[in-house]
Amino acid sequence: MIDQKKIKADFPILKKKNNGQRLVYLDSANTSLTPRQVVEKMDEYYEVYNANIHRAVYPLGERATFEYEAAREKIRRFIGAKSSKEIIFTRNATESINLVAQTWGRQHLGRGDAIVLSIMEHHSNIVPWQLLQKEKGFHIHYLSLSKEGRLNMEAYQRVIQNKNIKLVSLIHQSNVLGTLNDAKSLTELAHKRGIAVLIDGAQSVPHRKVDLKKIKADFFVFTGHKMLGPTGIGVLYGREELLQDMPPFLGGGDMIRSVGIEGSTWNDPPYKFEAGTPNIAGAIGLGAAVDYLENIGMKKVQEHEQKLLEYALKKMKAIPEINIIGPENAQNRGAVIAFNFAEVHPHDVATILGEQGICVRAGNHCAQPLLDYLKVPASLRVSFYLYNTEDDIDRLIEGLRLVKKTFHVEP
Amino acid sequence: MSNMYLDNIIDLYKNPLNQGTLEAPSVTYRAYSPVCGDDITLDLIIRDGKISDVRHRGVGCAISQASISLLTEEIKNQSTDKVLRMKPDHVVKLLGIELGPVRLKCALLGLEAIHEAIGKYHSLAPLKGGIILRTSL
Repeated sequence: MIDQKKIKADFPILKKKNNGQRLVYLDSANTSLTPRQVVEKMDEYYEVYNANIHRAVYPLGERATFEYEAAREKIRRFIGAKSSKEIIFTRNATESINLVAQTWGRQHLGRGDAIVLSIMEHHSNIVPWQLLQKEKGFHIHYLSLSKEGRLNMEAYQRVIQNKNIKLVSLIHQSNVLGTLNDAKSLTELAHKRGIAVLIDGAQSVPHRKVDLKKIKADFFVFTGHKMLGPTGIGVLYGREELLQDMPPFLGGGDMIRSVGIEGSTWNDPPYKFEAGTPNIAGAIGLGAAVDYLENIGMKKVQEHEQKLLEYALKKMKAIPEINIIGPENAQNRGAVIAFNFAEVHPHDVATILGEQGICVRAGNHCAQPLLDYLKVPASLRVSFYLYNTEDDIDRLIEGLRLVKKTFHVEP
Repeated sequence: MSNMYLDNIIDLYKNPLNQGTLEAPSVTYRAYSPVCGDDITLDLIIRDGKISDVRHRGVGCAISQASISLLTEEIKNQSTDKVLRMKPDHVVKLLGIELGPVRLKCALLGLEAIHEAIGKYHSLAPLKGGIILRTSL
């Protein structure tokens, strides 16, 4: 059990009134709230040992470098990577995917090649490939979904038989449907065919134990701000052998071994991919977020969310105006529920809920191809995290009554 | 509660004004908001520099739908020059509600569509008037 009283004390924002009411934050799949331990750890960098890393030789610089690298090590352990050389700090999951596309992709993809994405990808796992496709002319195959909103595994197995497939890049947990994809099997199957695999873990890493020793993807990306960390810091995991052979992403300081007028040589991974002064405080803050989650335990986080998901699905299915998009059972899915409410536009529902201190997402969730595929112009979405309670879900249900009243929805 | 969802807004959402298509529009323009999925298509008939008729269709939230209803009423029989000078403030005044920066975008999608449609018409219209061009999306 998660000690809710203790958790509430760690998130100052939850104690503040929102439009005169207790804040009900149901938008963690968008960005999560930040505990004071993370904020304090970042403040400490600015207030106690504010110096640049890897170059300042005085004690402050040593301390900053130590903390930055300690955060990298924490993240390595958290996701079960072999070496901290495989952990690259980026701005977010989007930048991590762009990095892979612009380095590995640029090196390995060309005319006649193909990559596999799914129709449930976030824009961040579509657009970087489309940008590269314009230049390199490879084909992008989109996997379809079952009626329930799950990946079509048979189609996947068929598609990867094609000799021209060089990469499979798939979302681990859908940010709209909540569907959890079997990253381990997807990777195993692709590897048997010699295909490289990228898994987008932006929605999975914050909510469940992810172990790359089991999943064995070649690339794995996630972001700090969805896992209690600050904004502006993300992670790219890359298998060391691949990182060694990849060209740099951005050029500048820290990523070079030597710079001459005639040319330069590159530093080793991960530094080869971290040009310029990075988000030092952000990386250290993300390390503190990992500490926070590990102190509670990812198993407990997942169990807590699973209970909330079951409770929410039960309550929501009982309301005739609610139309759930995605799997309606709680198995193999994350604590994310997309839905529509009667004929009221999601933006209006979210605004009326917002006025009652209830934060939900409305729109296309950066997954326009998925919504087009489902023939839904826009939807609402609620998502839960360790600080949510059953009471939050009751408040949501209560809040929807005002929507009904405002829009004169007939029963 | 703020006053965002006054009954007149809900009324316009449920019973929009000037909804539909025109037989032979001078110009058709579609505006889409990638953030919220609001989608407005406009047909305008422009004669002698004036908007003689207008229709809209598409999907959107109550704010964007109420806004386009009121705007299409407002611009009928007005000169395109005058309509092009119409400012965001005017839309807020027409709606008579308070809007934050995020929802303001919903309210302004219609005005943007009207301005773009007139711009498209001017770029397509021949210098010597008389011929009306029909344009598709």
